[in-house]
Amino acid sequence: MNSSTRCAACRHLRRRCPSDCIFSPYFPSNDSKRFRCIHKIYGASNVGKMLQELPMNRRTEAADSLCYEAYCRLKDPVYGCVGIITILWEQIHNVHCQLARIQAEIAAIRARSTQQNNYHQVEATPNFSPMSTTEQYYDISITNTNWFDLINLLDQ
Amino acid sequence: MKSRSSSSSHEAAGRSSSSCAACKYLKRRCFPNCQFAPYFRSDEPKKFAKVHKVFGASNVSKILKEVGEDEREDTVNSLVYEAEVRLRDPIYGCIGAIVSLQRKMAELQHDLILARARLEANYQILDHHVTLPPPADPFFHVPDYAMMDPNFNHNLDQFTQFQFP
Repeated sequence: MNSSTRCAACRHLRRRCPSDCIFSPYFPSNDSKRFRCIHKIYGASNVGKMLQELPMNRRTEAADSLCYEAYCRLKDPVYGCVGIITILWEQIHNVHCQLARIQAEIAAIRARSTQQNNYHQVEATPNFSPMSTTEQYYDISITNTNWFDLINLLDQ
Repeated sequence: MKSRSSSSSHEAAGRSSSSCAACKYLKRRCFPNCQFAPYFRSDEPKKFAKVHKVFGASNVSKILKEVGEDEREDTVNSLVYEAEVRLRDPIYGCIGAIVSLQRKMAELQHDLILARARLEANYQILDHHVTLPPPADPFFHVPDYAMMDPNFNHNLDQFTQFQFP
């Protein structure tokens, strides 16, 4: 097989590109940076094994996600894409806190309205549909003090 | 003779009781300056096994050498987390987690808008003539990356355009 038809992986690894190359569908020869990133973080052998373990129709997505994670790790060697996850969890926690505060304010207003006999007016308010989640006090106990708690939180 | 036997017993000790999880896994001698030893204790064998399966020991070693010594523990923890998530979700790994969190964030943003509208309506109805105080925290603008297609697709350009804070 001549060099012009080798995939980016085989060109980088300086080897022949067989017709059933595990890398060639996902690392075309015109994008060498993609394979270089992934090889630097995971290694070609690990990537090959991970792709082999997947059904063929899921390998493109797996290759894409591995590339992105490798890219994140090269940009941020300490946290990689886990840094993004941490930021998102913090933002979610902040929004939960805001929602809890607003819920508490609404409850306080309703309590005052009941005392002032205006509660029925609040109930009759048109045009406000229930919140997309059930109306409840948001649990603001989501704290993240341990890296591995993040895994359990993702299951919620 | 005496020194030979003491050094061989020291070698045996280095291989067994004081070997870190990495050296035990790799079946090699654990030297006192082993770079894995501070982060992969011998009582946590699975931690290294996961990282090795996804990244490989030599790649982990290269990454650790690139970061400062005070950042290595965090680096190892993030690598272990990434490996754990990748093993749980071999197709999407941490990207699946990111998309899921972004979706959750978009839902919460929507709830927040509704909640603030509800609060304002309650104030108005009570006719307190109270100007609604500004939010204590700046109102979140959903970042661009949260508007991406929640159905993860092949186009990762949107990920690469993400600006790291």
